[in-house]
Amino acid sequence: MSGISDGALEHLRAALSATPEAGVRYELVREIGRGGMGVVYLARDRELEREVALKVLAASLSTKEAGERLRREARIAAGLEHPGIVPVHDVGVLPDGRPFYVMKHVTGARLDEIARSPMPLRAKLDVFLRVCEATGYAHARGVLHRDLKPENVRVGGFGEVLVLDFGVAKLMEAAERAGTVVGTPGFMAPEQARGESDLDARADIHALGAILRELSSGGGQSAPRALAAIARKAMAQSREERYASAESLASDVRAYLADDPVSALPENFARRMARIAYRHRVALALVGGYLLLRLVVLFAAKT
Amino acid sequence: MSKPLFGLLLGGLLGIFDGLSALLSAPEVKPEIVGIVIGSTIKGVITGVLVGLIARKLRSLPLGILFGLLIGLVLAYIVAALGDGKGHHYYWEIMLPGSLLGAIVGYATQRYGRAGNQTARA
Repeated sequence: MSGISDGALEHLRAALSATPEAGVRYELVREIGRGGMGVVYLARDRELEREVALKVLAASLSTKEAGERLRREARIAAGLEHPGIVPVHDVGVLPDGRPFYVMKHVTGARLDEIARSPMPLRAKLDVFLRVCEATGYAHARGVLHRDLKPENVRVGGFGEVLVLDFGVAKLMEAAERAGTVVGTPGFMAPEQARGESDLDARADIHALGAILRELSSGGGQSAPRALAAIARKAMAQSREERYASAESLASDVRAYLADDPVSALPENFARRMARIAYRHRVALALVGGYLLLRLVVLFAAKT
Repeated sequence: MSKPLFGLLLGGLLGIFDGLSALLSAPEVKPEIVGIVIGSTIKGVITGVLVGLIARKLRSLPLGILFGLLIGLVLAYIVAALGDGKGHHYYWEIMLPGSLLGAIVGYATQRYGRAGNQTARA
């Protein structure tokens, strides 16, 4: 993880504040985020007169090759047209050679805030399923995220769920080749932490498992057994033992929500009966209440 | 199957069962059991249709159960108030199980059956 020095920041401000003739159409407003890949600013698009989020990549990625790669990957990101993925509007390279890209400015609660909130678990899991859908869609298009974490997911005012930072997913390869491990401890897969280059969708599955664990145990609640088992399977040390796809992970979460058996938690007869009884608890309570009343009436009649 | 039709069938079935249970709680009514079962079935059918109609408009499990309970209670009260023709009224014996049967039908019509605004797809 690398930050940007004060000097570089001043240089960036100067570059971004330059006139449109210099090729920069975005006016920096304020810093709104910082991570291993660079710094995110709230910026104003002078051409379209709207607010956007502008991410300047870290200095370690600021090579000519990285600039080319950014353009290439921006085309991939532009192909990710999904309601759960934040669209990338523009890419470019600052006069000093540092690449940047511009995306929709997303407001709303971060997923880590949602996890800590008193929101019902089912609602949190609905959000998680939509993150899985967006991730699965990107995987189907051959794009890995590699830095999925609650901070990269926003839930908007209309209930929309948006995954950020898909646009630079593959740019991380450059950093990894340079010997820098990119990702977030606690969320990145073991093979990613080891700096292995042959990552696949299961690296993101690991991160999804960590997100699920945080969502299901956030706010001080203890995670239900089935959900804990699903998260454990998604986060297995060996990627062969994880879910093969985001869809199969989502299917298990949906099964949990429907009180159906989940593949991550084999159940014996007693546990199966307990799950079925819980699933039909209201019906059982009503029928049980009726039979109990009948017994009471019968007993009263006899006495 | 629509919710009112589902409620009708379930209410009728449970009504038959409820009427027959009188043989256990009050064996002395055995000569009138046919009339009791018919009355109980009609009560169950009416409860089921009403609760099914409500379920078609209102999607709420707690409210569905509550309405079922109230409708079952009111209809059971009417049946109990009629008495057995000899001046005996079995209020508790009829009203308590009757209201719970209504609640069961209320629950079932909320969970199962096709709502009115759903259309079958080929």
